[in-house]
This record gives sequence, structure tokens and C-alpha cells, in this order.
Amino acid sequence: MMDNNQQNDYKLLKGNEVIALAAIRYGYDGFFGYPITPQSEVLETLAVEKPWETTGMVVLQAESEVASINMLYGAGCTGKLVFTSSSSPGIALMQEGISYMCGNELPGVIVSVGRGGPGLGTIQPGQADYNQAVYGGGNGDYNCIVLAPNSVQEMADCMGKAAQLTFKWRTPVIILSDGVIGQMMEKVILPPFTPRRTDAEIAAQCPWATNGIGLKSRHYNALSTLEFDPQVMEDRNRAMAEKYKRIQAEEADYELYRVDDDTDYLIVAYGISSRVSMKAVDILRENGIKVGMLRPKTLWPFPSKAISKLSEKIKSILCVEQSEGQMIHDVRLATEGQATVYHTGRSGGMISSPVDVVDAFKSMARETITKNWPKGYWIK
Amino acid sequence: MTKEELIIPENRVYGKPSLMNDTPMHYCPGCSHGLVHKIIAEVIEEMGIEEDTIAICPVGCAVFAYRYLNVDWIEASHGRAPACASAVNRLWPNKLTFTYQGDGDMACIGTGESIHAMNRGENIAMIFINNAIYGMTGGQMAPTTLMGMKTATCPYGRQADLHGYPLHITDIAATLQGTCYVTRQAVNTVPNIRKAKKAIRQAFENAMNKRGCSLVEIVSTCASGWKKTPEQANQWMEENMFPYYPLGDLKNTVQ
Ligand SMILES: Cc1ncc(C[n+]2csc(CCOP(=O)(O)OP(=O)(O)O)c2C)c(N)n1
Ligand SMILES: [Mg+2]
Repeated sequence: MMDNNQQNDYKLLKGNEVIALAAIRYGYDGFFGYPITPQSEVLETLAVEKPWETTGMVVLQAESEVASINMLYGAGCTGKLVFTSSSSPGIALMQEGISYMCGNELPGVIVSVGRGGPGLGTIQPGQADYNQAVYGGGNGDYNCIVLAPNSVQEMADCMGKAAQLTFKWRTPVIILSDGVIGQMMEKVILPPFTPRRTDAEIAAQCPWATNGIGLKSRHYNALSTLEFDPQVMEDRNRAMAEKYKRIQAEEADYELYRVDDDTDYLIVAYGISSRVSMKAVDILRENGIKVGMLRPKTLWPFPSKAISKLSEKIKSILCVEQSEGQMIHDVRLATEGQATVYHTGRSGGMISSPVDVVDAFKSMARETITKNWPKGYWIK
Repeated sequence: MTKEELIIPENRVYGKPSLMNDTPMHYCPGCSHGLVHKIIAEVIEEMGIEEDTIAICPVGCAVFAYRYLNVDWIEASHGRAPACASAVNRLWPNKLTFTYQGDGDMACIGTGESIHAMNRGENIAMIFINNAIYGMTGGQMAPTTLMGMKTATCPYGRQADLHGYPLHITDIAATLQGTCYVTRQAVNTVPNIRKAKKAIRQAFENAMNKRGCSLVEIVSTCASGWKKTPEQANQWMEENMFPYYPLGDLKNTVQ
């Protein structure tokens, strides 16, 4: 399965399996995680692949998600590239650790395969963890970069992108997926093998890391989030805030689908909702409605500028997400009051169909027609 | 004779370990933490492994341990040092990874992480400072607080019906297949300091030789938390803590 000669072959794989296989190929140093549906295939696939015998990647089933994230924390401190994977209640348990990782500006990748909540909720897919990923539940001023794949191929790609971003910015990266993308099978091209970094490469890339390398010829490193001097703590927070601003300026990423100069309406959707919405856009376009979709590929930083620009012209936006409405608040903020934003979606494990989205779109259009649009504009 | 003339190498009978820097310690007079720090510095120096040491300090009075010893330090969140250490050691298997934890850290909030790291037989050493109290937060009840002992959160003394019983985590550790060396020491007298140092050295060697997990409990004083003078604290520890937490090896499979 892990043969370089076959690297250009298409494979038919589940999203979760691809997370595991891509991690091995991108040269990850370790995985630490605890089983939870709908992402258990990540650890199961790693256990079958035995990467410790090939690339030397460490795989450990932790005793809890609290332990997993603190394993990531320790590993990140030493400059290693590691990841964990979990789902909604498990990610909830990781919030303290994520805050610590941000506080020490550590690398680490967290795959979140969302299910319906709150509480134990359901093992069926959901997108009700947008706030959990983007706004977090840990303490303090911090942000994580949040990537939002919408296909099995992008699950693989995001593992590479996350590995690069987490060291570039020294901040944890969350890959916010959902139970549909995690469980569904699609064709995928796996990345070629990248060797894991050597100790010397880690030392060169991470002079701040606490791994003892070269200790005798440098000051020792201590990674601590604690600071009793409030001025020093504020300075640290401000430096991090500056970094976050630069991330927002440089890393916001999105994709447009059938958006052109004449577009009247916009759908904003990520992950599985964007796949459903593409079909809805096609149906509406067939009916002569000038609608397009913007898909955030990063949820933090959020592509606010692009949405702001589009909403100078487009006055009605439908936000499609499989929750009772979380991303809609960021979409609303992004429009800066220039457009009216509506929400549609299912929750608790239910998933909108393209027809659901078309229906929601029609009722939005009717409402905006009576409110804002000239008479005679109607849709079939 | 001037001071400089007196301080000549052959006259010196005692020196600060080179890994210990000059940062003034924040510990209260009579506290065991500082002594244990010094022992650790000496052992690492004697083993010559400072470039191969990754130290993990807890949340607790020892949270600032990283200020005093010139080795690479990670400050873990409260109770999670063993999880942190497990990953670090698996990723850097040829280095010494040790945790340094208080009783609240190891036997309360981090019981799960501590037991599982030991039970997995992680090749790490765990130093456990049992002062029967939450020193850092101002002297609240700890899992190891003795029956009848007064703290800020059991001001009338620890009672079974209200607070349950002291947790013997070191005894539990000795029953786990993943531990190779479990011992209980103290640093109240010079002979005991020597024994504690020997124990820490063995724990570090076990870790370097990948023998499994070692736990060194140090029955410790907390003069401030116990509201005693340093001298009274030592005496109180000998009279009350030692009968409940007797010193000596509980398990040693590496002889
Ligand atoms: C999650 C969390 N809960 C509570 C605290 C507050 N806290 C800091 S230290 C401590 C107790 C430490 O006691 P112990 O581990 O016995 O160490 P000692 O100070 O006695 O050496 C507590 C409760 C914290 N920092 N983090
Ligand atoms: Mg204590």
C-alpha cells in the first residue's frame, strides 16, 4: 500500500484512512489519540500500517483525549511533528491543552471529525463544532488555524498543508472535518513519501525546542505558559496578537463556485455542506438563477475580505451549515452590514439534501424580493 | 587570610552543582523542593547527560523548577506531565525524560495520566513530592492529606465521611506491571538525602536503560502550608507522615 511507484495511482479510500496514510507519507513523527466515532479509522489504519517499522513514526493509543493533547503538547515542545484525531466530545476535552499549546506557540495538528451534539449527541455527522474549533473553549487570547477539507482528497492535502503551517506560524492547526467526509469513500491520490526530519534538521528548524540538543553551547530552553509579571504577560499576548494579524492577512483561503460578475445571490458553505450546496447551485443555475458559492477553505483565518467585497453587490447570502447556525455569525460580520445573511442546515446528525438547500434558497429569495428587490423578479 | 585565599579547590568540601544556576529560589524556608532540585542537578551532572535530558515540571510549587536547573524544561499543565513525558520519551527514546510532580498533581488531577504512564511501562522517571498539601494554592487539602490533619479546606481536620481517605498512589504504583522501581524517600536528614539521591540516580538509570517506569516518592515538608517552623515541620513529618508513608523500596525489579 505504501509503494512510491504507485504514488500516482488513484485509490478508493475513506477520509479517515487517508488522514492516517497521508500523515505517514508527509513524514509525521507521531500520532496520539483515543478512539471515538466517527474517526476511529485513523488510529485503526495506523495500527494496521505499523509506520514505526517503516518511517519510524510513533503511534500511541492514549488513555483519554486529555492525555492525547498533552502528548501533543510535549511532542510539540521538542520540535516534533505530531497529530491527534478525535471528534466533538473528545475535542471538548482537549481545550485546555490547545490553550497551552497556543500559549507556548507550539506546532501540532488536531484532526476534528465532527458529529452532532451537544453532550454525547450522536455519532452521525455534524458541523456544530465550528465555534469549538474557530473560537475554542480554552482560556486566554488565542487562535488556531482551522482548515476545512470538503473531499477525501483534501483530507490528504490538509495533512500536508497543516504540517507546513503549524511550523511556519508556530501555532496548532485544526483540520475541521465532519463525519461524512471522514466516513465516505472517494478516489484519492496519496502524496509521495517525505522522510521525517533528522534530529539535526529539527534542531536547525526549532532552536526554541526543549530536546537537549546542543545544550552545552546554548542557553537552556524552557517552555512555560506561566508569567507572574503582568507587563511581560501582556507583551507576550500582544506579540501573539500581531502574529495572528499576519496569519489573517496571509493565510485566509477560499474557493468560488459559479460566482461571476452577474451573480445575484451567494451561498457560503464549508465541508460537506459545500458539496451539497454545489449541487444546489447547479439546480438553481439550471433554473436561471444567478447564484454562486463561496467555500471557506480556512475557517480561521476566515475569508472575510472576499465576502465583504462580494457583498457590496450581492445583497442576500445563504449560509449552509449542518448546525443550528454558527459560521453564519462570521459571515454576517464579514458583510459589514451590506447584505442580509440567512441560514439553513440540519443538525443532530441530519444532513441537508441539495433540494433542502434549494427550498431554503427559494424562501430566502421570496423574502428578499419583497424586501429589497424590484418587482417582477421571481424564480421558478 | 582573605576569603579568596581560603577558597582554593583542595579546601572545598562542598560545591553547588554546575547545572544549578544563580536564580534565587522562590521556595519557603524549610521546603523540601529546593533540596530535591539540587539532588537532581547533581545526578544529571554526575551521569553527564545534560544534553540528553528533557525535564518536565508540574503545576504546583515546583512550577518554576525550570528557572533553577540548566537543562531543557517543559512546564506541563496541572496533572498532565506523565502524558507529556510519555510522548516526549517515545519520540526521543535515547534521552532521559523525567517528571517532577506534587501530590495534587500526581495523585489527584493527574491520577489517570500518572497511572497509565506507569502502567504502559514508559521509560521515564517520576519524582513525586508528597507534602500532603496543596502548597502553591495556599494550603488546601490534598489527596495525601492525613486523617485529622487541618488544611484551608478541611479546617477542622480531614474526616473520612466528608473527605475520604489519603490515597496511597505509590503503593498502587508498586502493583503495576509497568513499573520497575518504586521507592519512598525523604530529605530530612543528611543520610536520608544521600539515600534519596541514590534512589533518583537509580530511577534515571532505569529510564536511560529502558527498564520501564520508576517512581521516587519524596515524603516532604511544607512548613508554610502546615503553619509550622521549618524545624517543627521536619519533626511533624517524622512523627506523623513517616508512620503513614513509611520510607523504603516498595518494588525493585532491577537489581
Ligand atoms: C486545571 C487547574 N486546576 C487548578 C489549578 C490550581 N492549582 C495550582 S497548583 C495546585 C495544587 C498543587 O499541589 P501539589 O501538586 O500538591 O503541589 P505543591 O504545590 O504542594 O508542591 C492547584 C490546585 C491549576 N493551575 N490548574
Ligand atoms: Mg503538595
